[in-house]
Amino acid sequence: MWDPIWITVKLAFVTTVILLALGTPVGWWLARSKAWWKEAIAAIVALPIVLPPTVMGFYLLIALGPDSPIGQISTEIFGRALPFTFAGLVVGSVIYSMPFVIQPIRNAFEAIGDRPLEVAATLRASRLDSFFSVALPMARPGLLTGAVLGFAHTVGEFGVILMIGGNIPGETRVLSVAIYDHVEALEWGQAHILSAGLLVFSFVVILSMMMLEKKLGRRLR
Amino acid sequence: MKDTQGKEIVATFSGSLDQFDLTVNFTLPAQGVTALFGRSGCGKTTVLRCLAGLSRTKTGYLSVKGQIWQDKDRFLPTYKRPVGFVFQEASLFPHLSVGENLVFGQKRASEQARQRTNIISKDNLVELLGLGDLLNRSTHHLSGGERQRVAIGRALLSGPELLLMDEPLAALDRFSKDEIIPYLDRLFKTLDIPMIFVSHDTEEVERLADHMILMDRGKVVSTGSLSEVLSDPALFIAEGPKTSSVIAVEVMSFSEADRITEVRTEGGSLQIPGRQGEIGSKHRISIAANDVSLAREQPSETTILNILPARILDIHLLDGARCNLLLSIGHEDENGARFLARITQRSLRKFDFAIGQNIYAQVKSVSMVGAKS
Repeated sequence: MWDPIWITVKLAFVTTVILLALGTPVGWWLARSKAWWKEAIAAIVALPIVLPPTVMGFYLLIALGPDSPIGQISTEIFGRALPFTFAGLVVGSVIYSMPFVIQPIRNAFEAIGDRPLEVAATLRASRLDSFFSVALPMARPGLLTGAVLGFAHTVGEFGVILMIGGNIPGETRVLSVAIYDHVEALEWGQAHILSAGLLVFSFVVILSMMMLEKKLGRRLR
Repeated sequence: MKDTQGKEIVATFSGSLDQFDLTVNFTLPAQGVTALFGRSGCGKTTVLRCLAGLSRTKTGYLSVKGQIWQDKDRFLPTYKRPVGFVFQEASLFPHLSVGENLVFGQKRASEQARQRTNIISKDNLVELLGLGDLLNRSTHHLSGGERQRVAIGRALLSGPELLLMDEPLAALDRFSKDEIIPYLDRLFKTLDIPMIFVSHDTEEVERLADHMILMDRGKVVSTGSLSEVLSDPALFIAEGPKTSSVIAVEVMSFSEADRITEVRTEGGSLQIPGRQGEIGSKHRISIAANDVSLAREQPSETTILNILPARILDIHLLDGARCNLLLSIGHEDENGARFLARITQRSLRKFDFAIGQNIYAQVKSVSMVGAKS
């Protein structure tokens, strides 16, 4: 029973870290750029919200499979294609949870506006300096929201995982898939424990996020 | 146009910014306080932003004390310009305490600038601005006046060679304004940094400025000393209902018996009710054009204290029934202090006033503006 939980937490954690590292510059660019095509990028980032997970999983399976260019590269490096590996789950989750991390970060950067950065510039802070000393700390509530949403959303991932990860116990079998298996096998007791656990987890996550946001938001206003 | 002495600010900005056409061109002494004055929406703030490098016009030239900040092929980014900028809203960093806000620029200032700051140390500035009790506080519960004082301190601690202020008092209520003006006065007297501030408030300008750049619809209409610009009868600011002139004066004597202070200016002296500062101290007085009336002979039967021999230097007819007369105090020459009188065109014709004529100006009331050393 503990294997799926551990894999799920590991997957959500790695995914969140990657998304924060990736989402901060992308969110910054989406908030600040004046390029006319930036909304097209924003739409691509938001696509996983509306795309059925099976569709995404299907394309990922093809894109990462051993016959694809990416698959060939990963075979060169890791000795195998990404589907049915933990690394493959990470790639899928990063794409699947991307909008839930980038959107709050973008909103937080947009909410800062030009003024604090102009003030920083008049106080001798270079652009990079003001990003780290003004923009990032001021966007902290948004970064936190993004991290929590990304983590929680990855924990609840099912369709994409089933499509690309399969169901290898101890390697790619995550919580949601484990619950599905228990139900299929009519092991209601196990399904109950895991489901109730996820329910409580989700509630606690949402509640603490709302409270934190309120607290941080008040501090920054 | 080039500043060879290294003692001037030379600026040219032209081009359109946010659908606003700007064509300005001015030279200022790089010392003292300059007001960038004009109606709302005339481009004052844009000029200030161009000076700081926050906005950039298509063509521009800017040199400050001989250093070129902008020309055909150079544009020094804002963070490399030794400017201090105070925005209309204090714009303190919400994630930093008052003390951390104050030193944000100081920490980043170059060694050279840091040495300039030695002229005013942090402790000194905190004292001057009355911020001692606030240093460890968060910025959230400060009053408007306190916030703006922190913003001014923060800008000054970055060791600027030029201080720019965009209507630093406009967002404040009357009380906060009254609270902050004495601090500004003290600062301006203590610091040897040229300052340019944007304002559309005559009172503020009379009180704080030495020089003035007058703007209208994206263009500079006039540049000069405060009294020159304010008493130019041909400028649009001389047409307003509250037009007034500013004259520098020195306190000569105070009569205990009837509590009247006598002050001297170029060409003559004036009497002001009440005790107005120490003997020998220098001040500014403001004379509203509507409070001045003229007589051809010296009036004797009158309650008005200030009857000044004066000469008419210029006559400017206004739309409607009135006209502005530029007067210079004294009958001997035209070098006396200058001020405006507003009379009706009917009186102008009736008494046949003409340029060059010696007359007597009766000044009904004189008010002191901020003390200036």
